[in-house]
Amino acid sequence: MDLQEFRLGLGHGLSVGVGYFSVSFGFGAMAVSQGLKVLDAMLISLTNLTSAGQFAGLTVIVAGATLAELVLTQLIINSRYALMSLALSQRMGERIGILPRLFIAFFNTDEIFALAMARKEPLSVAYLLGLGILPIFGWTGGTFLGALAGSVLPAGIRAALGVMLYGMFLAIVIPAVKRARNLLAAVLLALVCSCLFAWAPGLKNVSAGLAIVLCTVVASALCAVLFPMEEEMST
Amino acid sequence: MKLYGSIFAMALTTYLIRALPMAVFRKPIRNRFLRSFLYYVPYTCLAAMTFPAILSSTDSILSGAAALIAGVALAYRGKRLIVVALGSSAAVLLVEGLLQIL
Repeated sequence: MDLQEFRLGLGHGLSVGVGYFSVSFGFGAMAVSQGLKVLDAMLISLTNLTSAGQFAGLTVIVAGATLAELVLTQLIINSRYALMSLALSQRMGERIGILPRLFIAFFNTDEIFALAMARKEPLSVAYLLGLGILPIFGWTGGTFLGALAGSVLPAGIRAALGVMLYGMFLAIVIPAVKRARNLLAAVLLALVCSCLFAWAPGLKNVSAGLAIVLCTVVASALCAVLFPMEEEMST
Repeated sequence: MKLYGSIFAMALTTYLIRALPMAVFRKPIRNRFLRSFLYYVPYTCLAAMTFPAILSSTDSILSGAAALIAGVALAYRGKRLIVVALGSSAAVLLVEGLLQIL
């Protein structure tokens, strides 16, 4: 193991870890407000390491839906990781064997993927492991503290902490739709769809998790047909 | 126990999505539709999860709406993630506080 590479990875992962800490605080607070125990919320974060997927998963679990629905939700919402893993797989090249790949895949989140792809030098296992470790701690530790705070603080403050995760989603979506028209169209389509599932007679009986999946698929597929990406644009 | 089964299923699904392409496929996706689809997924998914759910996530629809407006305004100005998140929280506290006084 190349210690220097490992330390370099740790350093690059630090800012992501700090960011995750603050965001997962909101997930922890929301999880206990929905009736989960502190350690269970932490277990979800430690084993899943994904914001949107965990949030949707929590919604589905709390709604008492079937396992099939839960798995389908995760498949759709986290499908982007398949693309990222494909791209990262290219960058890693033949030198990195299957066993380290199976480790690295666990923490291939949006941010870690972005950092790894941005590196100019060839990727090493030591560097990638260093990159992943602090974000894992940040994400799990933040969930723990958020859940703890959520179970101790009064209901009013708990509800306020619960919206932090929505705030984070807005912070990702709004700048993106400001930047690109095709994303604006996709987001508006998804919103029309989710409003229908929330308020239209008949449709509002569809469970929350399934509604998210359907909205994601319909809006993304429509936009993929209407506004396909440029040829060979890299991720 | 059902909860742990759910957490396990969720974790396994997420892991396999990440691990299989990295372990098995070494070639990039060429299919244009699939690449475009995957490009839109994070945004459509986050949008569908946020609205209208945010409106009913607090005790009153007014504080939920305040969280939405504060979040959108801060995000539109390009504020950092944590600032947007805390701004939404603060809006809820403010409105819930006002509602108790009135």
